[in-house]
Amino acid sequence: MEPEWLDIGPVDQLPALGARTLPVQGGREIAIFHTANGGIYALANQCPHKAGPLSQGIVHDTTVTCPLHNWRISLVTGEALGEDKGCVPVIPVKVDGGRILISRAAALAGVA
Amino acid sequence: MTDKPHLPLPHLVVVGNGMAGCRAVEEILARDPAKFRITIFGAEPRVNYNRIMLSPLLAGDKSFEDIVINDHAWYTDNAIDLVAGDPIVAIDRARRTVTARSGRVETYDKLLLATGSDPFIIPVPGHDLHGVVTFRDMDDVGAMLRAASAGGDAVVIGGGLLGLEAAHGLCLRGMRVTVLHLMPTLMERQLDEAAGWLLKEELERRGQAILTGADTAEIYGQGRVEGVRLKDGREIPASLIVMAVGIRPNVKLARDAGLAIGRGIHVDDHLVTSDADILAVGECVEHQGQVYGLVAPLWEMCRSLADGLVAIPNGYSGSVTSTKLKVSGIDVFSAGDFSGGEGCEDIVMRDASRGIYKRVVVKDDRLIGAVLYGDTQDGNWYFDLLRKQEDVASIRDALIFGQAFASGGGASANPNGAVAAMADDGEICGCNGISKGKVVAAIQGGACTLDAVRACTKASASCGSCTGLVEGLLAITMGEDYTGERAAPTACKCTSFTHEDVRRLIIEKSLKAIPQVMQELHWTTPDGCASCRPALNYYLLCAWPGEFVDDNQSRFVNERMHANIQKDGTYSVVPRMWGGVTNPKELRAIADVAEKYQARMVKVTGGQRLDIFGIKKEDLPSVWADLNAAGMVSGHAYAKALRTVKTCVGSEWCRFGTQDSTGLGIRIEQMTWGSFMPHKFKIAVSGCPRNCAEATIKDIGVICVDSGYELSIGGNGGIKLRGTDFLCKVATEQDALDYCAAFIQLYREEARYLDRTAPWVERVGIDYIRQRIVEDAAGRELLRARFHYSQSFMQNDPWAKRAAGEDWKLHQHLAEIRPAAALIARTLEVA
Ligand SMILES: Cc1cc2nc3c(=O)[nH]c(=O)nc-3n(C[C@H](O)[C@H](O)[C@H](O)COP(=O)(O)OP(=O)(O)OC[C@H]3O[C@@H](n4cnc5c(N)ncnc54)[C@H](O)[C@@H]3O)c2cc1C
Ligand code: SF4
Ligand code: FES
Repeated sequence: MEPEWLDIGPVDQLPALGARTLPVQGGREIAIFHTANGGIYALANQCPHKAGPLSQGIVHDTTVTCPLHNWRISLVTGEALGEDKGCVPVIPVKVDGGRILISRAAALAGVA
Repeated sequence: MTDKPHLPLPHLVVVGNGMAGCRAVEEILARDPAKFRITIFGAEPRVNYNRIMLSPLLAGDKSFEDIVINDHAWYTDNAIDLVAGDPIVAIDRARRTVTARSGRVETYDKLLLATGSDPFIIPVPGHDLHGVVTFRDMDDVGAMLRAASAGGDAVVIGGGLLGLEAAHGLCLRGMRVTVLHLMPTLMERQLDEAAGWLLKEELERRGQAILTGADTAEIYGQGRVEGVRLKDGREIPASLIVMAVGIRPNVKLARDAGLAIGRGIHVDDHLVTSDADILAVGECVEHQGQVYGLVAPLWEMCRSLADGLVAIPNGYSGSVTSTKLKVSGIDVFSAGDFSGGEGCEDIVMRDASRGIYKRVVVKDDRLIGAVLYGDTQDGNWYFDLLRKQEDVASIRDALIFGQAFASGGGASANPNGAVAAMADDGEICGCNGISKGKVVAAIQGGACTLDAVRACTKASASCGSCTGLVEGLLAITMGEDYTGERAAPTACKCTSFTHEDVRRLIIEKSLKAIPQVMQELHWTTPDGCASCRPALNYYLLCAWPGEFVDDNQSRFVNERMHANIQKDGTYSVVPRMWGGVTNPKELRAIADVAEKYQARMVKVTGGQRLDIFGIKKEDLPSVWADLNAAGMVSGHAYAKALRTVKTCVGSEWCRFGTQDSTGLGIRIEQMTWGSFMPHKFKIAVSGCPRNCAEATIKDIGVICVDSGYELSIGGNGGIKLRGTDFLCKVATEQDALDYCAAFIQLYREEARYLDRTAPWVERVGIDYIRQRIVEDAAGRELLRARFHYSQSFMQNDPWAKRAAGEDWKLHQHLAEIRPAAALIARTLEVA
């Protein structure tokens, strides 16, 4: 049986308040975020505005500010916050024994 | 042996003589003492004791007798057969027997597994050396006490609850303790960044060394431990190593017996495993996907388990937990979820003078999380609100002040009620001893803004924690007339201070790290926002060169990556070309890089540099390595910093040139490169008033004339075109350099973050600048000296460090998913 969760590596490979990327062959790249409280979140690495790489934004609380035009995106819901409207896909992740696990189905959604 | 009743009672066998196993037995006995014949097997050779009291035991606050929960008499009185020191090694479900290590076999009707957890040991080289211990049971404490009696150095790996309690105990026992913690802040699972930082400061004050971001590579020693080596090469000598990095449910027995297992032993709401005759309770179980590492949930489980056994339907439905750190004199409390998120509202209170930090998280009018540091008195009250999911809408405004205040009525209806009700001599500003009467008098006397009150009474001008009260008084005293507006904008929505206040207080209070600023200046959000984080990082850098704690994550991506992010997510790279001058070797290096890394365009910038476009994030370090090899360094075109000094050819070539404008430009660039500023900064030097370098639209423009150098400032070619203001004329090249340095430093020290020179000069006025730079010679000299001092820390090429491997992870993908190839993620951990 194919695993439901994919192990993508240890949490400590992510800087706190930072992010790293997870390319998906044939699919869209995923950004994995680490908040100050140690929370781990994953979004498609594309701002709903002009596709800015969210992984490169500044993380604060549970939001990331897109590096291209400062849209604020919720790491929890993927929704743009404030005046802006739009939404990025959220990919379920969890942490187990210090390792990050990502939902296989969600990560591969859209892969032909 | 005890007298067994004659009735053939069903036999309950308990594996695990710990907190949960014994409590479950107590609960069963309380409901029906004659329901079972009971045998308890324990791996430890002793009676049931309170494991959480091992910390006070280690610290010397308790003795073993104090922490025993059930002594031998209890087992005897309840006809319980205790088999201590003989662990169960196998379960035979078909024959319903358990086998102990000694070979003893016992038949059961009901079996209860309460095997707790095993401490996790990081499998680094040397983890099995003599002198490496965990912190779980009496034997571990014994080993620590023996080591401590010899004194010396101890290292505790793990800065969580357990690790810090171990460190505290060892410290009190006279050892020199270093705590190694992988994460950037202590107890990150229970505390937020701010509280974790306060905790670290306090422990350091008590003499512990706390290394965060410390990744253990190996434990070294001949036969027994001599120390720890970190991945970054640091070595910490130690004769005792305590590993307190986490626990794992102990499921071995259950797994071997073929029970359903996830992270723990799967149980239903009555704590029954996948085998109807086997129950499990405590840290070894997983209930609805949750495992617990604290006792409160175990108590709840034990109640449901006993109810289930005596057929009172009362299922277990999971627990909400809270934690307190048991380190004397440090009050830390945490409960629920404080990670924030959608629809959540943070209420933060910081009282710097008393070292208090409180944060509660409210969602849909219910409390969902709380972190308290320094004053945990209201912990239980918050925990109660949280567990009962009470509606807190009516006390929302007073919630953060705690039970006494919030329940006191009045305050809740009107947020200004509390301050209105205060007596005239009641104290508003503790720092400056200002009473309500004085503030009201000032307002009635015409101070009708917060700034005005601060200016004439000093109230709220120090730590700022009373800002809300002063604003309340303004609203009450002025009624409709008070607009709530401040004359100057606050630095961002996370603070009531202006940029200028923040900068002044950073210096006055010697604040050197972002969490410290947020605590001392009562930031109202837990970790700031995308506006204030970069601003604070810059203010600290400017105020304390060489001393401040840089926070890379608070920099905009361009500064973090040392390259410019472009619209498609690739980067562009601009090497420095001093004064705009280059040579064949550099051009060749740029051409080679462009070809090798498939740059999509090379363009001459407006500032006379070459910009290489379309570089992938992963390739940046090798691009820089190649450019460095040709002698080129970063052009800082990505930074809020000096970018370029544009020049014309001047007297060297031009028939109109009066001075060596190219040479001066190069010298200015060599003086100023690497200096971070409130915003990007450009300079130009023209060789005569024909001004071919377009110096009059730069932040600093130098026009060379026969008799010297004309300096002008505050120009901007951006959205709003602005020509420079003439500052002064100087006679020598050295003067030109010195005035430039002084002006830059004034701008660095006084402008708001993201102000370019043009709006700043317009705000403060050219006269002010002239007075500071031209008229005040001594002041100019001090500014110049501060600039050069700061530059002594800044002039190193950030590319060189990255090309050498620093922070290489930032340029790599975490992993890669290849759906075609076996559908597994391939981790790219190894460099
Ligand atoms: C130093 C320390 C401080 C703590 N402080 C706190 C605190 O402040 N607050 C809090 O809520 N929690 C605290 N805890 C956690 C708390 O102690 C545990 O959650 C609790 O003890 C778990 O109970 P348990 O019965 O599941 O496991 P345990 O109490 O560990 O009991 C399991 C028992 O099973 C035995 N056993 C295992 N396998 C076998 C076998 N095959 N045969 C026979 N016996 C076996 C073990 O020897 C052990 O005695 C602390 C823990 C430690 C170690
Ligand atoms: S500014 Fe004057 S010196 Fe410089 S190139 Fe132009 S004309 Fe020549
Ligand atoms: S109490 Fe500190 S400024 Fe008022």
